[in-house]
Amino acid sequence: MAARIHGGAGAGAATALSTFNPKKLVAPSRTNLPAARSSKRYIVAAAGSDASKKSLRVGHSQKLIANAAVATKADTSATTGTGHELLLFEALQEGLEEEMDRDPHVCVMGEDVGHYGGSYKVTKGLADKFGDLRVLDTPICENAFTGMGIGAAMTGLRPVIEGMNMGFLLLAFNQISNNCGMLHYTSGGQFTIPVVIRGPGGVGRQLGAEHSQRLESYFQSIPGIQMVACSTPYNAKGLMKAAIRSENPVILFEHVLLYNLKEKIPDEEYICNLEEAEMVRPGEHITILTYSRMRYHVMQAAKTLVNKGYDPEVIDIRSLKPFDLYMIGNSVKKTHRVLIVEECMRTGGIGASLTAAINENFHDYLDAPVMCLSSQDVPTPYAGTLEEWTVVQPAQIVTAVEQLCQ
Amino acid sequence: MALSRLSSRSTTLLQPLATAAFPTSLRRRHISTDTTPITVETSLPFTTHLVEPPSRAVETSSEELLSFFRDMALMRRMEIAADSLYKAKLIRGFCHLYDGQEAVAIGMEAAITRRDAIITSYRDHCTFLGRGGGLFEAFSELMGRTTGCSKGKGGSMHFYKKDASFYGGHGIVGAQAPLGCGLAFAQKYSKEEAVTFTLYGDGAANQGQLFEALNIAALWDLPAVLVCENNHYGMGTAEWRSAKSPAYFKRGDYVPGLKVDGMDALAVKQACKFAKEYALKNGPIILEMDTYRYHGHSMSDPGSTYRTRDEISGVRQVRDPIDRVRKLIISHDIATEKELKDMEKEVRKDVDAAVAQAKESPIPKPSELFTNIYVKGFGSESFGADRKELRKCRHTKIISSLSTEQTQA
Repeated sequence: MAARIHGGAGAGAATALSTFNPKKLVAPSRTNLPAARSSKRYIVAAAGSDASKKSLRVGHSQKLIANAAVATKADTSATTGTGHELLLFEALQEGLEEEMDRDPHVCVMGEDVGHYGGSYKVTKGLADKFGDLRVLDTPICENAFTGMGIGAAMTGLRPVIEGMNMGFLLLAFNQISNNCGMLHYTSGGQFTIPVVIRGPGGVGRQLGAEHSQRLESYFQSIPGIQMVACSTPYNAKGLMKAAIRSENPVILFEHVLLYNLKEKIPDEEYICNLEEAEMVRPGEHITILTYSRMRYHVMQAAKTLVNKGYDPEVIDIRSLKPFDLYMIGNSVKKTHRVLIVEECMRTGGIGASLTAAINENFHDYLDAPVMCLSSQDVPTPYAGTLEEWTVVQPAQIVTAVEQLCQ
Repeated sequence: MALSRLSSRSTTLLQPLATAAFPTSLRRRHISTDTTPITVETSLPFTTHLVEPPSRAVETSSEELLSFFRDMALMRRMEIAADSLYKAKLIRGFCHLYDGQEAVAIGMEAAITRRDAIITSYRDHCTFLGRGGGLFEAFSELMGRTTGCSKGKGGSMHFYKKDASFYGGHGIVGAQAPLGCGLAFAQKYSKEEAVTFTLYGDGAANQGQLFEALNIAALWDLPAVLVCENNHYGMGTAEWRSAKSPAYFKRGDYVPGLKVDGMDALAVKQACKFAKEYALKNGPIILEMDTYRYHGHSMSDPGSTYRTRDEISGVRQVRDPIDRVRKLIISHDIATEKELKDMEKEVRKDVDAAVAQAKESPIPKPSELFTNIYVKGFGSESFGADRKELRKCRHTKIISSLSTEQTQA
């Protein structure tokens, strides 16, 4: 699903707008969900008494057993029958290779991306195929090679800059914030910076505090950049391709623990929409917003929840900046309860911004306060059990849903 | 070829203000078409590190010398006008002036083409002019008008001119060093046979990212010329107080360097020509321009608390770049003193006209706040996934009401 072009930069803001009437929003046509109004009535009636609630539950679980409790992806793989199975890092590599074949301006730079093949094998084989000038092994100087990528992008090249771990990109923060995000604006539109900055982040298996950072919360305020987080081989390849093709700087967040996920993806070429969220599991009772690795914790909790009679709607927001408020909004209008499950820290994370955005825009549709489950505001400890407790676990998600749906 | 390039360059500098008020006899002097080479020796020898110096004998012509004089006078006058505008509070924020250092910009331009890239720091007004930027665009940008080179959204520290390969204009000290090496990388990648001049100051010479970028440039043989504009003061700190080794041309270690008298436009031209040839063949080279700024670091710095007024006036008397070219012109009988003074008066009129025109220019509309954040205007609106519904974010609604208020007012 390619991103559509919006014409007339900023022109819309200046002209008189028809007042936005949220009630006129139509539910997404892609899924077969009931219209917003009727489901609202349904739940209001159910929330009244215990007896009706029980009957609601029973009715629901009967319906639900027929549905699959596990993820039903809307833009799913292998719709054409044939496809090929691969791991997430191979999907990223495929996307990167296809784009490099397609456009000679695409180059890769990072530490150990060339001869070594990439520390997570995302760039394996590319140096042999494309040569040293297109797959560049840089010395260990994030500030400089990120700046170099941005400088090269100012002239029209499309570098894909890899941070071996997202946390290392803190050294390049100045380049990313000032030169990457803001140059298009401060030059009055003269320069575009079509870079992709990508790398694995998130809490791994006892990697220690400095190697378990979640940089999406630090980068989210930078104006001018887009942030996306991939979570499946399908959307990893699609988002990689879309990010490379985008004229804007895109930061693609991968997760250390998701590289070995296996999935079947289509043989034919496809790209994912950068600004779109993914409906993982449609539901009625509560909207659970998540991204990256937490998606799997949520889906694990969803199994338990379904057995307990709940019908959670799970959305992988994918686009961290900007949020896909259209899909999120429609979901909120349907379910009236929101739970955000993220791996960022509690303070100032993606969840915090998302909570604010939902409260601002969809306050009237909420039957309960937005709940946000995030990692603890602590450096990630080395000890395994402690590390487990810093991140949100499926049991906490189940408890939170039960709390919200009372 | 050099003739047409030089003459077109100097007319570009004055282009936006082509008026009929100036008598054409002043503009087109019979001597200015004289390209018979004149050889001038640089006042000081070049000091080198790991490389053989270029010859001290520089070839120039009366036409080139006159263009040097006019262009440097224009830059000087522009910076002084900016000073007055800042004091009149028409320019706000930061304003870093280049007067005293004009020879570096002018000499560099004389040695290179518009395909070679230049990237510099925040002291970029004159470099912008040298690359063909207009006075009107410069003043409009300084005063925050839409007619500015960055549409009023960049300001003093963010002048850019993409079609002339001028990549700005950067506020963070030293951040342009990796960018410049990236430009050089792109030139090598696209096999352009052009070089990038990355300018930085003696203050930025202690930035780690400079050495990181230098390492990569040397490793990958990038056509990068790193130019340290050493005006001896990093903001308020003298070079001997901030650098253990103020021999900036030597600090590249494995990268050769050349120390140049930055107040001598011809020496700068020779060094840049040499450096371009070197970089295209062998990879990076460092040029240290020994120069001086008359103003303080910026308009909020008087410039006299860390150096004496005697020092400033001393440099102005002995080493001023414009006076040096003036003396050359007079001694070679290219023009008389009076003719040069008339040229300066003409330049002053051009600058005043540009300032007046820029003062009348419109300020940006509120809707401009949200343009050019993302390419394709994305960022102030969010689309539905199937792009059928268009929903505006709340703050854009406020802004649009602002603009209707303005039009009603």
